[in-house]
Amino acid sequence: MSFPWANEYKPSHPFMQWMDSRLPLPRFVYNAVGAGYPVPRNINYWWNFGFLALICLGLQIVTGIVLAMHYAANAGIAFDSVEHIMRDVNWGWLMRYAHGNGASAFFVVIYIHIFRGFYFGSYKPPREMVWLLGVAIFLLMMATAFMGYVLPWGQMSFWGAKVITGLFGAIPLVGEPIQQWLLGGFAPDNAALNRFFSLHYLLPFVIVAVVVLHIWALHIPGSTNPTGVEVKTESDTLPFFPYFIAKDGWAALAFLMIYCAVVFFAPNMLGHPDNYIPANSMSTPALIVPEWYFWPFYAILRSFTFDFFFIPAKLMGVLAMFGSILVWFFLPWLDKSPVRSGNYRPLFRKFFWFGLIPSVLLLGYCGGSHAAEPYLMLSQIGSFYYFAHFLIILPIISSIERPDPLPFSITESVLGHDGNAALGAAA
Amino acid sequence: MAQDAGLATPDGAPVNQAGATETGEGVRRRDFINIAAVAAAGVGGLATLVPLISQMAPSADVLAESSTEVDISAIKPGQAIKAMYRKQPLFIRNLTAAEVAAAGKVDVSSLRDPQTLEQRTKEGKANWLITMGVCTHLGCVPLGAGEGEVKGEFGGYFCPCHGSVYDTAARIRKGPAPKNLEVPEYVFNSDTVVKIG
Ligand code: HEM
Ligand code: FES
Repeated sequence: MSFPWANEYKPSHPFMQWMDSRLPLPRFVYNAVGAGYPVPRNINYWWNFGFLALICLGLQIVTGIVLAMHYAANAGIAFDSVEHIMRDVNWGWLMRYAHGNGASAFFVVIYIHIFRGFYFGSYKPPREMVWLLGVAIFLLMMATAFMGYVLPWGQMSFWGAKVITGLFGAIPLVGEPIQQWLLGGFAPDNAALNRFFSLHYLLPFVIVAVVVLHIWALHIPGSTNPTGVEVKTESDTLPFFPYFIAKDGWAALAFLMIYCAVVFFAPNMLGHPDNYIPANSMSTPALIVPEWYFWPFYAILRSFTFDFFFIPAKLMGVLAMFGSILVWFFLPWLDKSPVRSGNYRPLFRKFFWFGLIPSVLLLGYCGGSHAAEPYLMLSQIGSFYYFAHFLIILPIISSIERPDPLPFSITESVLGHDGNAALGAAA
Repeated sequence: MAQDAGLATPDGAPVNQAGATETGEGVRRRDFINIAAVAAAGVGGLATLVPLISQMAPSADVLAESSTEVDISAIKPGQAIKAMYRKQPLFIRNLTAAEVAAAGKVDVSSLRDPQTLEQRTKEGKANWLITMGVCTHLGCVPLGAGEGEVKGEFGGYFCPCHGSVYDTAARIRKGPAPKNLEVPEYVFNSDTVVKIG
């Protein structure tokens, strides 16, 4: 769907006309990401991150396919094959650093993209499906990144795999058989490494497919915008091409400059040195931590050190960790405020900036630290607030809050006046 | 349209939506073919899932991991060794008399996973504590078996991953782990050789 004033595709070249009546792919592109797709004129830089996420996905697929040409998924030689990529393969070091840091960049971008949604209420009707598909993409990304991290078969790879597959062991009764089935053994070994590689290669393409659905669902109502007021007339929008292609291109260059600075000047900044030690099943590293982008969830996992009624601590930690993401699926129905944008929700805004953001940062900090006090207590406080924010605070504030007055239209919020506003008032 | 084969029999008799001629003939025959085809495809599809799922379970060579024999004659009281069993670490520990006594003093009913040291060792060999070196929380190797490693506040093992503490009978005392360290099946072949598995 699109707005009635969207530009219509009218090929002028005879070849394009011939093509249009046989395979209207150019028409499809024109309507999806070309001049035929009207976009709210007031979207700000936070709306660039979806495009940046696409760039990251492309980067990971290209560098990943290159790495897979040189990598060997065998527990005996995987570690050496990664060193071979680093030392012997032409430009191998670049491909590997680009892929490893590409994963980090992807998560930076995706977290900003998600929190943009939290703040501007992007998950609210009629965009629930866009949001739900987005959460599914995030879960797939987590699985992909986890399995990718196992591939170099260093100490963190091995112990990360052991701890994370150990989560399934927490399921009552069937946990242990499931864990052995997932690993193909009693502990991570060749069987596990091979299947992780197979799935690590597959899942990014599944992500591509879900991204297509995500954008399809988005293009039905179109993007929301910083006011959260829906598009009313043509003066509220500008065509995607050339205006937003140009803006996204600008953002992409800025992003790539930061990304390249890390790849070239600090490629190991975000990695853990223990992963340059080959996997050893007989000795655990002093501190097992996942990659930084999993720290908040890892902190929630570890914060349950006590049995919770009849649920054992271990199972509770696992449930809470998965629950911390699954709760996002329910967000469109937990936040009942009809006002989308946090810019017009004074109470919500306070809890967002002074509650949600600090609690996630605190959890992230604790997740990267030792499992000892004071980090355990801080994780418990962080976890408590995190869940309370979604399950208690949001439903309550959406019923007691008095939102600020909304502009009549996007045009009015941009220009300070809107000729149609008078009509609206008169009506 | 008249030439649409799906809507009329060759001799022109009208056909209803289910594909049966109005005489009522053919209804049962087509239903039978439908049900048979869908049933065959369904059973076949389900049967295909069996190999697809079970290929991921541990393979024969992994399961064939033979049992291990360990010579324990060199382990002095207060010492422990790490052996390997099913590609996982195994702790064999020669408890001192004081450690045996400490384990005996605990009120068993106060434990998360109530067991006595005697239940976790062989008769007459209460000093030989043989357990998997796999934390029952998420599977790290606890510290305490190696020379100079911290043993935690209960003198047994300490898991650095998420802070589980085990006592001198390798019973869980503190932290997130739900169970005592697992005691594998084993027999004493002689006073100095144990066979695990
Ligand atoms: C959603 C997209 C992807 C994410 C988030 C991701 C993430 C990761 C991560 C975190 C690592 C460990 C990096 C390191 O230690 O250097 C890794 C390694 C690897 N990935 Fe990916 N990846 C993605 C897509 C792909 C694709 C599409 C392929 C191949 C078709 C691929 C192939 C590989 C290979 C061969 C390795 C091991 C080599 C190495 O450690 O550098 N990845 N991936
Ligand atoms: S694995 Fe030992 S405490 Fe978590």
